[in-house]
Order: sequence, then C-alpha cells, then structure tokens
Amino acid sequence: MLKSITKSIPRIVTLLACAFLLIPIIQSVLAGLTVNYFRGLSSGLTLKWVARVLELYSGSILLSIWIALACLVVTLILGVPAAYALARNPGRASRVLEEFISLPLAIPGLALALALLQLYGTLQGFRTSWTFILVGHVLYTLPFMVRSVLSVLAAIDLKVLEEGAASLGAGPTRRFFDIVVPNALPGILAGALTVVTLSIGEFNLTWMLHTPYLKTLPVGLADSYASMRLEVASAYTLVFFVMIVPLLMAMQWASARAQRIMQ
Amino acid sequence: MTLTLTNIAKTFPGGVKALLPTDLEIAKGEIVSLLGPSGCGKSTLLRMIAGLETPDAGAKIVFDGKDVTRQSVETRKIGMVFQSYALFPNMSVRGNIGYGLKMQKLPKSEIEARVNEVIALCRLDGYADRAITALSGGQRQRVALARAMAPRPHVLLLDEPLSALDAALRGQLRDELALLLRQFGITAIFVTHDQNEAMAIADRVAVMSQGEVAQIGTPEALYRKPATGFVARFVGDAMPLEGRVEGDQLHLPGGILPLPGPAANSEVLVRAEDIRIDPQGPITARVETVTFLGTHYRIALSGASDTLLIARHSGLSAPRQGETVRLSVAPEALLILPKGVAA
Repeated sequence: MLKSITKSIPRIVTLLACAFLLIPIIQSVLAGLTVNYFRGLSSGLTLKWVARVLELYSGSILLSIWIALACLVVTLILGVPAAYALARNPGRASRVLEEFISLPLAIPGLALALALLQLYGTLQGFRTSWTFILVGHVLYTLPFMVRSVLSVLAAIDLKVLEEGAASLGAGPTRRFFDIVVPNALPGILAGALTVVTLSIGEFNLTWMLHTPYLKTLPVGLADSYASMRLEVASAYTLVFFVMIVPLLMAMQWASARAQRIMQ
Repeated sequence: MTLTLTNIAKTFPGGVKALLPTDLEIAKGEIVSLLGPSGCGKSTLLRMIAGLETPDAGAKIVFDGKDVTRQSVETRKIGMVFQSYALFPNMSVRGNIGYGLKMQKLPKSEIEARVNEVIALCRLDGYADRAITALSGGQRQRVALARAMAPRPHVLLLDEPLSALDAALRGQLRDELALLLRQFGITAIFVTHDQNEAMAIADRVAVMSQGEVAQIGTPEALYRKPATGFVARFVGDAMPLEGRVEGDQLHLPGGILPLPGPAANSEVLVRAEDIRIDPQGPITARVETVTFLGTHYRIALSGASDTLLIARHSGLSAPRQGETVRLSVAPEALLILPKGVAA
C-alpha cells in the first residue's frame, strides 16, 4: 500500500505541474470563445471575439509577420556568412567575436531598447519607421542564427570539403554556395525557425521601440488586455497561439534534425 | 605533364621547419610516391604542389614549363584524392564526379558523357545516383578517384588514399589503384607511410625523413642500394648488427662475421631474409621464438647481436625455441652504410 503510494508520487507531481501550466491556457482559450466570460460557458460559444480581434488588430498581425520575415532575411544575410567565417577561423579571436555577437542575449531587452533609443531616437524618419523595430529584433535574434549554423558547420570537416572543391576548380563564392550553404542547411533551417518564432513573440524590446502606429502582435496583445473586454484579449491570445505553436513545433523538429546530423 | 620543383621549403608560423629546401623532377606519366613516417614533411610537400599550402620564398613549382608557384589551387588543374576523401555529402555520386566538369562550364551532354566514362572505368556502374553516405569505404575511395580524374587534371595528387580502409581491403585496393593509375596514364604523386603501398604503386619512391628527401629511386634501387641507414630500415626493415669493426671483420657478441671489405665508420645492417641458419656459420645465437607464417618461419634470435635479430627461414622444418643455432650471412648481402647520417 505504502509502496504503491510512493511509486505514484512522481506521477502525481507531474500531473499537477502540467495542470498548473495548462489550466490557465485552457481557461484563456475558452474565455476567448465564450459569449460572456462572467456568465461562463453556459452563455454559449462564439467566434465573434476572434473576428473582432482580426478586425481590430489585423495591422499588428501583418506587421509582426512582415517584421519577422524581414528579420529572417537580415539574419540570413548577416548570420550565415558570419557563422562561416567563425567556423573557418577557429581561434581565440573567433571565440571572443562569438561571445560578442551573443551579448544581446545577456542584456535585458529593455536595456537594449533604451540604448537604441538613446542612439537613434532623435532620427525622426528612422524612429517612426518599422525598420527601427527591425533593428532591435535583428540584434536579439542574430546570435540564435549564428550559433545554430555554426554548430552544424563545426560538426562537418568544412576545411577539407572546401579544399576538395577548390582542387576541382571552384572559387570561394562557388564553394560557399555549392558546399557551405547546402551542408549547413539543417542549421540554417533550425536557426530560421528560431528567428521567426522569437521575432513574432518578442515583447520587451518591441514595447519600448513601438509607436502608436506600429504595434506588433505581442504589443497589440498587451494593448487589448489593457483596453478591451477580457473576451477580446483572450481571443487575441488564441490567435497568438494558433500562429506561434506550429512555429514552435517546427522549430523543435528542425533543431532535432540538425542535432542528428551533427552526430 | 612534367613537374619540376626547385628549392621548395616550408616553415610553419612559429619556426617549425616542415620541409627543408627540396628539388624534385617528375617525368610525364610517372608515378612517384612520397614515403616516410608521419611528420616527415611528405603531406606538406604534396599540399604545396596542390597549392593548398604556400611554400617559403624562393620556391618554384613548374608544370610543363609554366610557373604555377603563385597560382591558387583552383586554377592549377590538379586532381586530388584526400585521406578522408572529402566527398560532398550534399551531392550524389554523379554530382560529386561531375562537379569539376561543371566548374569548367562544359555543356551538360559532355559532362554526362565524361562522368559515365569514369564511372565505368572506376567500376561504379549502378552507384551513380546513390548518396555518398550509402557507399562502402572502398566505393568512396573509387568515387574520390573518379571525381579527381573526371576533369582530366595535369597531375593527380593522392594523400594517403588507402589509410582510411581496413587492412584486408587496403591490400586489394592497392593493386586496383596501381592498375587504374596506369590505365589513366597520368602523372601522379602518392603520399604514404606504408612501404608496401609505395613499392606496389610507384615507379619511383622518394623516402623522406625529418623534412628531407633521404633518397629517391626505383623500389629495387632503394631496396638493394639504400643510401642511408634510415632508408634501409624503412624500406625492407633492415636490422643493425651492433658490434666492433676490425678491418674487414665485424666482431659481434655471437662471433666474428666477415665483411666484403674494410668498413671503418660504418654501420652494418642485415635483412631478415639474408640471415641463414647454417651449422657451419660463424655466429652463435639462441632461438627465442619461432612463428610459422605459411611461406616461411619467422625466428627471433638473441645473443648474436646486442638486439634481437629476426630471421626469415624457409624450409620444411625450423629449430626449436631455446635451441642454440649457428648463423651465416653472405658478405655481399650485408648493407654497409656511413654512420652518423641522421636521415
């Protein structure tokens, strides 16, 4: 009897922890789908609130997707060659540089945003443009792209592969696109999904950088909780989930795949 | 293609001299092996010929009268087979073999035809569309060779191409590689630390030690007339006979061995197959171990010299362990080489 109780304790703890995390989420999702939250489910289910969110915040949703894609393009253009350069020159200088790129991860998003505001806040055209938020997102997501690509590149014998290609007549540019990029692809994919997921969900930094005319998805969410009915805010959460959960799952899958290739 | 290397040397940052100034001339269609222990500079020399390492100032690398010393690897038109093969995992066998031809911007139909040609030559039919990861070690080695040969390079450079294979396969592929290289008729340089490989494949072997070419010659010349004790030890496993030279006699712990002539300041070496078990022989030794190897017995002998001697004894029977035997060595079979030559 006692034995079976001690045996089931870990299971009970796990279930409680899951419930602790899941119940608020389920409640929030349900709140977004009920006619009147204060009367509960008995008031009936509706998609009215979701429609209202799409009507009110479609701008925010599109802006977030747009910024995430732009952020992806910039981190690809900057991050892949940077990871390649770091992989080709293993040495102390490269390690220092790698840490330097990763620095924004250790600094709170607010501090980063303040620094950006101090530096560029007075440039009117830039301050009010979506590219201002983009710069913040790139700073924050670039280390994820670099690290992801670098770890795959470090696992293959890049130097010898490149020497092989060079001996067959391929110049540096051909080698980069024929050998480096295709072999780094699992890392690039994992990095890309991470960048898009982080950019769509980024709040701290974006909260500081946004203007009333430029609200991203999470900023809009905060706004809806502050100024709308609870049902609308909850429906917003639901929309957010629908966008971010598939991305998260894809990211997990791509990272696992990159890990496998590295072994 | 004729290959001429003049004054080629390599000093690594930090001052380590990987290769001392070396001259080497390789004739058209000749296969030369660079043979030596690890760290002797053979791979560095090969990589400088390829253009993967830059030689020290003053070096000259000439391909068929054309100075290529300043040219980068991708413009030298060399073919290279790497120790790890360096096959591109993101391309199929066909993609790998056709890559060099694609770099030459040949029309698709010609690439196809030439890839098929080398695939047939290297006996890779049926594997053309496989992924690299789906190939065995021996097949990968052939793909690496086919890929290097497809663009018809001036010279083929092979860096320990067999060392990644297991022993049984290595022996078989060694003969296959020798045959393929003759069929291609290409000028080739082959780096190895295995004397059997070098002798089976090369027309001439350059034995290297401590950043220098100790001797270059045909396998027969190296074996019969080694220039230094190092070459004699490395090619054919010669063993030193440690004793005192007096006139034309060598005083050994086990007896007095006649030499073919006076040998002051010399080192005397002998090969296992030249030691005879001979009841009338001048040297006494004790049999330590006897191993039957099919074609011959391998007999370890003590007491004749300061170190253990190994004799290859072919005969229907062999002395037993612990027995005392007498040995003889024909004076002309002894290798008498100048003492104190490091290389």
